[in-house]
Amino acid sequence: MFKHRMSALTAAVSIALLSQAALAAEEQFFPVLSYRIGPYGANGQSFFGGFVDYLSYVNLKENGINGVKITWEECETEYNNAKGIECYERMKDKAAISTGPIHPMSTGISYALIDKTVADKIPMAMVGYGRTDAVDGSVFPYAFPLVTTYQMQASAIIRFLKEKEKGHLEGKKIVFLYHDSAYGKEPIVALQEEAKLNKFELTVIPVAHPGNEQGAQWLKIRQENPDYVVFWGWGVMNQTAIKAAQKIGFSRDKIVGSWWAGSEEDTVPAGDAAKGYMSATWNVAGKDVPLIADIEKVVYGAGQGNLGNTSKIGTILYNRGVSAAVLSIEAIRKAQEKYGKGKAMTGEQVRWGMENLDISDARLKEIGATNLLPEIKTSCDNHEGSGKIKIQQWDGTQWVVVSGWIEGNKGLIHPLFKASAEQYAKEKGMTPRDCAKEM
Amino acid sequence: MQFFLEVLISGLLSGVMYALVALGFVLIYKASGVFNFAQGAMVYLAALSVAGCMEKGAPLWLAIILAFVIMTLFGIATEKFVLRKLVNQPPITLFMATIGLAFFIEGLAPIVFGSEPRALDLGIVDEPIAVILDAWDMVISKFDLVAAGVAALLVTALALFFQYTRTGRALRAVADDHQAALSIGIPLQHIWAIVWGIAGFAALVAGLMWGARNGVQFALTFTALKALPVLIIGGFTSVPGAIAGGLIIGASEKLAEIYLPPVMESMFGGNFGGIEGWFPYVLALFFLLVRPEGLFGEKHIDRV
Repeated sequence: MFKHRMSALTAAVSIALLSQAALAAEEQFFPVLSYRIGPYGANGQSFFGGFVDYLSYVNLKENGINGVKITWEECETEYNNAKGIECYERMKDKAAISTGPIHPMSTGISYALIDKTVADKIPMAMVGYGRTDAVDGSVFPYAFPLVTTYQMQASAIIRFLKEKEKGHLEGKKIVFLYHDSAYGKEPIVALQEEAKLNKFELTVIPVAHPGNEQGAQWLKIRQENPDYVVFWGWGVMNQTAIKAAQKIGFSRDKIVGSWWAGSEEDTVPAGDAAKGYMSATWNVAGKDVPLIADIEKVVYGAGQGNLGNTSKIGTILYNRGVSAAVLSIEAIRKAQEKYGKGKAMTGEQVRWGMENLDISDARLKEIGATNLLPEIKTSCDNHEGSGKIKIQQWDGTQWVVVSGWIEGNKGLIHPLFKASAEQYAKEKGMTPRDCAKEM
Repeated sequence: MQFFLEVLISGLLSGVMYALVALGFVLIYKASGVFNFAQGAMVYLAALSVAGCMEKGAPLWLAIILAFVIMTLFGIATEKFVLRKLVNQPPITLFMATIGLAFFIEGLAPIVFGSEPRALDLGIVDEPIAVILDAWDMVISKFDLVAAGVAALLVTALALFFQYTRTGRALRAVADDHQAALSIGIPLQHIWAIVWGIAGFAALVAGLMWGARNGVQFALTFTALKALPVLIIGGFTSVPGAIAGGLIIGASEKLAEIYLPPVMESMFGGNFGGIEGWFPYVLALFFLLVRPEGLFGEKHIDRV
């Protein structure tokens, strides 16, 4: 009798576990390492609001990815490396079953997670940030600096300035003012190569964190009297720089910031001083993008919107969060094409999807994201997939796009990150994958 | 020489901005012997209160009054719910309580007023003064000059208050010895509430100036970072010391940022800019070695 009861109990437990596994298999989990509080909380709210809203949108509009419902869990990193690692460790077991790519939105956290994500087979997207040499997928199989890297972005900014100067930068003076961190230092090598190639004079000026005092740096800039300032700031450093430029009478339309220095959160606090200031961007702002308008209608119409403050919908960082989510979902769709439609994908499978992304303008139009972001085509030896940016200018109330898509100088930059990736592989004692075999 | 003078003046004016934050620390330290870790958060709360009230439609003058009321109420609440239970506890206990207070404010303020960075327009444009620019080709900011004037007014008012008013003298007595002050009938609870209210006012002034300069945002809490070396140099108990310390830090860090990197680069190679972040602390360390009580601080002598 006891034996029968035990068998029945075992059977019941097995059925329960199996059905739970079956349920889990129908859900695509996203570990979301977000930051909504702390020094960069305002930026994180917009970005992760957009990111999560798109996940809800796919669930509501299309009943998930080919029927696979999306689930997610957020963990607050406060843009802090230690907390980022803690969040990752907390969620990696859940992500072992199925996972979308993680987006740390922090160069520091992404650096800290590069080796861990390989060991745990969890893909990491660093859209527009992180290690530039991670473009080389033969050395960095799980890291994807999608769309554009810091070095390609810097190179594209130089190309924009060159076009402004009618094709010649020879004899011009450019100051590179940067946040004294891995993020700020990353493009220096690219700018030095551009300076050699285009024969302009480059002066690099660092700013100590957090950058809320830049009097000395801007007096130095006044003394240098450059033609342009290329600016790599973040957080309070951005508004301080814009105001400091006004203080020394340096024209804001001669400053071009990185995309980390080009959101409403950077220009609104600077008030009138920001008028004319330019920055790079890899996505456009505004609600006139059909996808953004539809998200507002569908997700907020259903009362499932992630943002309390809906005025952030359509801002640069909100649209960027949506764009990052679009890339993630498209990677899962691609993976499903290979590994089975209607199935939840593992990290390994999603990694393959990210490495084989092919988002054409036609596909962007299909999902209502025309011009929201550039076309993307990734491969084993190119995890960036684009390298293009646009330049936008603050008109006093909103960002206005003032250029088409500009691509950085691949011929100049790609050998730089190739050499850096090779050096990394050598230091780690790794044998890079043979990308030729994976074509 | 002209460039040197420009950097020096710019540094001195920046130093006044540091001193504005340091004043809040001095006030609380003078009256309670506590290093108030929450002063940076109070600057943030004060600026956010002004920006929040203006967003709700209040004109600037009303928003400042409302923010002052908020800071005063906050001071009274701090005394009632945090400090009252810690009378006669060691200073480290009070210090730890202020750390908790800082986290509390940093969490509460954005919940109440929102966390979006905002502009704060006081009607003073942060532009070079045209006359000086034309005559000497030197950049002196209108805004920085106004900030210096405000700081001078605040210091004068506080110095007079501490020196010549009954409450001011009571505050100094409480700072020297809680128990002795209580034994002669000084109402400790009232005194602490008053001093936290005044520190809230100092935070409001600092918040207005820093908020107008860099925008109202969480990073205002970082303004406290430079206050520590200012206090070490000026002395924790001296209002004029906060100003002197601020001026020394402001001028020296700017001059160091301009003139030290080329020297270090020629000696060691590489890129040595961005030293503003650590230079004030090295200078403060030097002062700790040669004059631990600071330039204007009270020398503490224990008889054994």
